[in-house]
Amino acid sequence: MAMDKQIKLSVSTLNVMNCVDWVMSPECGGIDVFIGTVRNVTKGKTVVRLEFEAYEKMAVSELEKIADQASTQWPVQKILIHHRTGVLQIGEIPVIIAVAAAHRDAAFEACRYIIDTLKQTVPIWKKEIFEDGEIWVAAHP
Amino acid sequence: MKVNILAFGIAKDIFGGSAIDVELVNDATVFNLKYLLEKQYPQLKKLATYMVAVNNEYALDGDTVHERDEVAIIPPVSGG
Repeated sequence: MAMDKQIKLSVSTLNVMNCVDWVMSPECGGIDVFIGTVRNVTKGKTVVRLEFEAYEKMAVSELEKIADQASTQWPVQKILIHHRTGVLQIGEIPVIIAVAAAHRDAAFEACRYIIDTLKQTVPIWKKEIFEDGEIWVAAHP
Repeated sequence: MKVNILAFGIAKDIFGGSAIDVELVNDATVFNLKYLLEKQYPQLKKLATYMVAVNNEYALDGDTVHERDEVAIIPPVSGG
């Protein structure tokens, strides 16, 4: 089945409704949306802000691979993945994944697969800035 | 041959910049590159793990590195 995808890295604010509008289509009976948001605390420490860095060309190609893998595993019509780079404040949105499918099971499962795989393979890095220091997330065991 | 190595995330901090040049023998492998880098930058060994990408694809230790390849050090990713 042909699948439409839109993959984007952006330095500006992500817009949830624009993403939903893009995946909306008459053949689809459901849209599943995952929205990542910046949390104000990690392991009991107050987070001031996050900074995201991407190896942009490779990140886009890895995201495209993930979308393609998802569409071979589940009958989905449209996949959108938008990811922020740069400085994000608490409550801002680092990632939006929207998946439209004829039936909800495929949309839910593909969406879950995409965010889980993104976190494992896509070359994007998150630095947490605390009041008294900063760390690159997951860098050390 | 001289190969330019891109660094991201914590690898940038370890190298002290977003790219470094390394001198490798012709037909060097990813393993040879990692060995050399770990000798020069021992902090790489303290990372949970790291990968090498060649021309925007994850590479295996046995893959060959060529002079004009785009080579990057990929520390543990943490997007999303």
